[in-house]
Order: sequence, then structure tokens, then C-alpha cells
Amino acid sequence: MDILYKVFVDPFVQMGAAPDLLVQTLWEGLVAGVLYSLIALGFVLIFKASGVFNFAQGIMVVFAALTLVGFHEHGVPAFLALALTIAVMFGLAFAVERLILRPLVNQPDIILFMATFGLTYFLIGFGELIFGGETKVMIADQLLLPRGAIDIKMAGGFVSLQKIDIAAAIIASLMVATLAIFFQRTRIGRALRAVADSHRAALSVGISLEQIWVIVWFAAGLVALTTGIMWGARSDVSFALEVIALKALPVLILGGLTSIPGAIVGGLIIGVGEKLGEFYWGPLMGSGIESWFAYVIALIFLLFRPQGLFGERIIERI
Amino acid sequence: MFYREAGQFKTNYAADLAVFPIMQDRIGLAIILFIAAVIIPWFGSSFLIQAVMIPFLIFSLAAIGLNLLTGYTGLLSLGTGAFMGVGAYACYKLTSYFPSVNILIWIVASGFFSAAVGVLFGLPSLRIKGFYLAVATLAAQFFLSWCFIRQPWFYNYNASGAIEVPTRTLFGIPITGATAADTTRYFVVLGFVVVMTWLASNLVHGRIGRMWMAVRDMDLAADLIGIRLLQTKLLAFATSSFYCGVAGALLVFLWYGGAEPAVFDVNLSFFILFMVIIGGLGSLTGSFFGAALIFIMPIALRYFPPKLGIPVHPATVEHIQYMIIGALIVLFLIAEPAGLARLWQVGKQKLRVWPFPY
Repeated sequence: MDILYKVFVDPFVQMGAAPDLLVQTLWEGLVAGVLYSLIALGFVLIFKASGVFNFAQGIMVVFAALTLVGFHEHGVPAFLALALTIAVMFGLAFAVERLILRPLVNQPDIILFMATFGLTYFLIGFGELIFGGETKVMIADQLLLPRGAIDIKMAGGFVSLQKIDIAAAIIASLMVATLAIFFQRTRIGRALRAVADSHRAALSVGISLEQIWVIVWFAAGLVALTTGIMWGARSDVSFALEVIALKALPVLILGGLTSIPGAIVGGLIIGVGEKLGEFYWGPLMGSGIESWFAYVIALIFLLFRPQGLFGERIIERI
Repeated sequence: MFYREAGQFKTNYAADLAVFPIMQDRIGLAIILFIAAVIIPWFGSSFLIQAVMIPFLIFSLAAIGLNLLTGYTGLLSLGTGAFMGVGAYACYKLTSYFPSVNILIWIVASGFFSAAVGVLFGLPSLRIKGFYLAVATLAAQFFLSWCFIRQPWFYNYNASGAIEVPTRTLFGIPITGATAADTTRYFVVLGFVVVMTWLASNLVHGRIGRMWMAVRDMDLAADLIGIRLLQTKLLAFATSSFYCGVAGALLVFLWYGGAEPAVFDVNLSFFILFMVIIGGLGSLTGSFFGAALIFIMPIALRYFPPKLGIPVHPATVEHIQYMIIGALIVLFLIAEPAGLARLWQVGKQKLRVWPFPY
């Protein structure tokens, strides 16, 4: 009885007793969720267009952030460094298409998945070789990102919002909006959607798959760069960041592998669920449940909707 | 020319259905077993046995386990490391509760524990497929590694949080713990690997293996011809986890001699998955090839540049090693997506028809 009380009643009593703490936890969950969403967004872009489950998205985040900081350390002004990093991400997209995707076209999914593993390892080695393994500080001030916190008085307490988190949320929404417009309104966006629908049909109306893949990997690289800047501004830039790729996987399957809104909603659900779970239920089981709680949430959702919340319905035919 | 079955006539069905129908294959297998069982323990250096052969055999066993699940049944799993951990920790708990029972029995028993856990986490596989399932098995991975780190019961409330392997004997000869000789441990591992590979070979060539492959090729169609999906998939999870569990127990008891929970993290799962894919999905020989390549390649990369007189900083070696492994994985996939086992097949065919092109 005692354990049932602790699991099902006590956390809610705590939530009611200290609403400011609840709001604070929710806010932190939402912020973490935005970043998860951004990584998941990179995954979804690539998966939709090329059917590749891109395990390297996490390391691309680190790589982009390191390149940016690395350029700046060599005396390049911040915004020029940003432009150069974007150029590097384009080069990476181009190289990936040429060296990995094109020779492996038409191979089973698992082979392409493995190839992105190879890419991950390569980028880890390459990044550490060039930039060194030590942690670096993101050049947030130079990029005119705000710092500090705003305290909001509410419900008998304080809720403290980091300005950088607010900026992250705004930039993330701007980016999603831009991507949505790009997909809906432009010629290339329509081509991307056509490719996502059916490779063969897209080819037969004259859309170049190679070109689309470069564009999509480049878009994913830009998303990775944004994620890297935001995440790096909250903590440090180091290879430890790559674990957030593993955090984005439950987000991805929760929202559905093929859905951009799914990635956003999934990220927010996982972020909030994880923080609430850690804060209110974590002490019951010993701490650190953050590492698997997200997967369990995703697993529960999947049992009811095997294709994720917004994923395309899986139709099987003989 | 070198490898040809001309003149070898089969006079009954059993001979025709044999796993190695060609004489040269059987001779080759006998030679390999002879090298493994006599020449290596006799002439091999301690380094070769302790640092190369024992881990190679153990990883091959784990790769076979994952291959049964991913290669034969088509269920992608990223939880191998955790299932190996279950085996290791189960063996540790069992032998510390019942120290008088022979350790070999507990190694096998720990496989059954791992199988039970595998079935539990395999349950969603009926509804969830493909990459969704892979991520679902990551739930097992993270949950179990969390248990090994945070639940002190698993490591007998040690202050260090690591497990230490006690000394256990067989006929008075120590086979685990610090006093066991390299060669003794090598023979125990070799025995396990040979017997379990033989069992796996029989499984995949028999009715169960056919059922698994039918499910892999198209599970809906397999369902329609009367294969029960739930039982088949769960059996695959159980068998695979059993193999991984035994491999995990061997890894800790006969190689490391002690383990931190970090050994069984998600990187181990990826490591085994590399072996399976590079070796060849759906091939037992491939599991050995893959384990050899993935495990021995880093050793070779560390060993050879200094020999060749190329002065490199150790940290740089580490980074270049990552780059080379990454590039090699991609290269292998481009050159032969079906893995080393397929290369082996092609090579054998070439030898058969040599000197003619076909």
C-alpha cells in the first residue's frame, strides 16, 4: 500500500503543494524538449528524403559546433565563422552523398544505417584529430545570444527562465516555420516532398535524387549547427554531446520517423515527461532514471501506435 | 581446380543434406579445429591467447547470438550489450549464492536468465517493427545498464560498484579468477564456442531456422502459412539472448576477471552489431569473420605503425584509428554489402572453377 501511495498519490500531492516548482520543472522539460526536437528534426528530414536512418546526426551536431568554435579560436570573426561553418556543412553533405549514399543506392535500410555508423566513427576521429578532445566554450556572446535569467513571480514562488532558453525556443520555432514554408512553397521543397513520397515516381518525372539528397543533408547539417549552438551555449561543446543523439531516438519513434510535427511534439512530450519523472518519481528508484525513462515513455506509446503518433500508417501487403 | 566436388558421390539423403557436403570443407574444418585446440595452446604466446584468441572467441559467440536474431529472424536489436550484462551479473550472483556448484553449470544457467529477460523485452516485437523495434530494444539496453549501476544488489553491495570474479575450480584446476592459467581459460572458452556453434548450426539448418528465415523474409506471409509469429519471434529473442548471456558470462569470468557496469554499455551493443553486419547477416561463419575483423583491426592498427617506424603520438593513433575504422566500415559496405561471408563464398567459387573464369 505504501509503495502504491508513493507512486500514485505522493508525487501529485507534491505538485499541488509547490506549483512554482512544478512550473519550473515543466519549463525545463520544455526547453530540453525543444533541443531534442531539433535533433529529431534532422533525423526526420534525412529519413523522409532518403530513407536513411542517420545515426550520425548527433555527431554532426558536435562537429558543427566544434567547427564554429574552432574557426573563432583561429581569429575568424564570429559571423564569418558561422558562414564558414555553413560552408563546411555543405561540403560534408556533398561528400556524404558522393562517397556514401551514391555507391550504396538501393541497398537494404540496415546497410545504410550501418554506413552512417561508419560516418559517425569517422567524424569522431576527424573532429578530435583537428579540434582536440577537450571541452570548449560556445561563442554565445559573440553571436549576440542573450545570457542571464528572468525571474517571474508566480504561485507563491519564483520561476526562473534562462534567456538563452527563450532564445532557443524562438529560434527553433523560426527554423521550423522556415522549413515548413520551404517545403510547402518552393520548387525544391515540392521536389523534396515528391522524393519522400516515392523515389521511383520522383525519378520518372525528372527530379534528380542526388541533388535532393545533398540539399536534405545540408538542411540537416544546418539544423545540427543550430542545435549545436543552442546546446553549446547552455553547457559546453564537447564530444559528450553525442549522447544527445541517443536521447533523440525515443523522440523520433514517439513522433513517427516520417513526421516533422511528430518530431516537435515528440520532443516536447519526452522532454517534459523525462524531467517530471526524474523530479517526482526518480527518488523512489534511486536517481538517474533519466537515462531510460524516455525510452519507456516511447515504448508505451508505441504499443498503442506502432508507427508513432504522427507516422505514416504502416500498410503491409503480401 | 583446388576445391572441387567431382567424384564425391552421395548415396543417401542424409549425406546430401549435410552442413558440409564437400570433402575439402570437412578437412578444412578439421584443420581449423586442430589449430585451435592443439597448435594455438601449444605454441601460442600468452599475448596471443589472453589478448587475442579468448576475446575473439567470446565476441564471436555474442555475434552468433545477435546474428540469430538480426540475421536469421530479421529483428534488429541494439540491446546485445545489456543481455550480455544480464548473463555476467546472473552468473556472478549465482556463484556467490551457491559457491559449491560448478561454475560451468552457472555459466549455462546465466544464459537462461538472459533468455528470460530477452523474452520480456522481445514481447513488443510482435507489434513494433524495423527501426522502431531497434529503438525499443535500446530501452532494454539503457534500463538494464542503469540497474547494473544503480542497484547495489547486483554487485553484492561492493564499495567499488564493480564485480570481482572469485576463483572457481574444475577437477581441482582453477578456471576462473586470478590464479587460472591462460591455456585453461582458453580451453573452456573454446569448448563453449565449439559446442554452441554446433548447436546454432543445427538450429538454423532445421525446422526452427526455416521458421526464423520465413519470418525474416516476410512475417505476414509466414503467419499465413501457419508459422506462429509470437512464439517464433520470442524463441529467436530467447535463443539470441541465451547466446549473448553465455558470452557475457564468459567475457567477465574468463577474460576480464572483473567488470565495471560500463563494460556493458550501448557501445558494446554497437560493437557486436558491427561484427554481425561486416561479417554477413544470416551466416554463422560470417560471425567469426566479423568478430575477427572488428576485434583484431584496432589491435593491428595499434601494433603495426610503430613497427614500421612511423612515429605517431598515442592520442593521434587513437583518433586516426577511429577514422580508419569508420572509413573501413563504409568501404566494406560499399564493396560487399552482404559481408565477409559473401566474399568467402565468392572466393570458394573462384577456387572451384580456376583456371577458368566460370
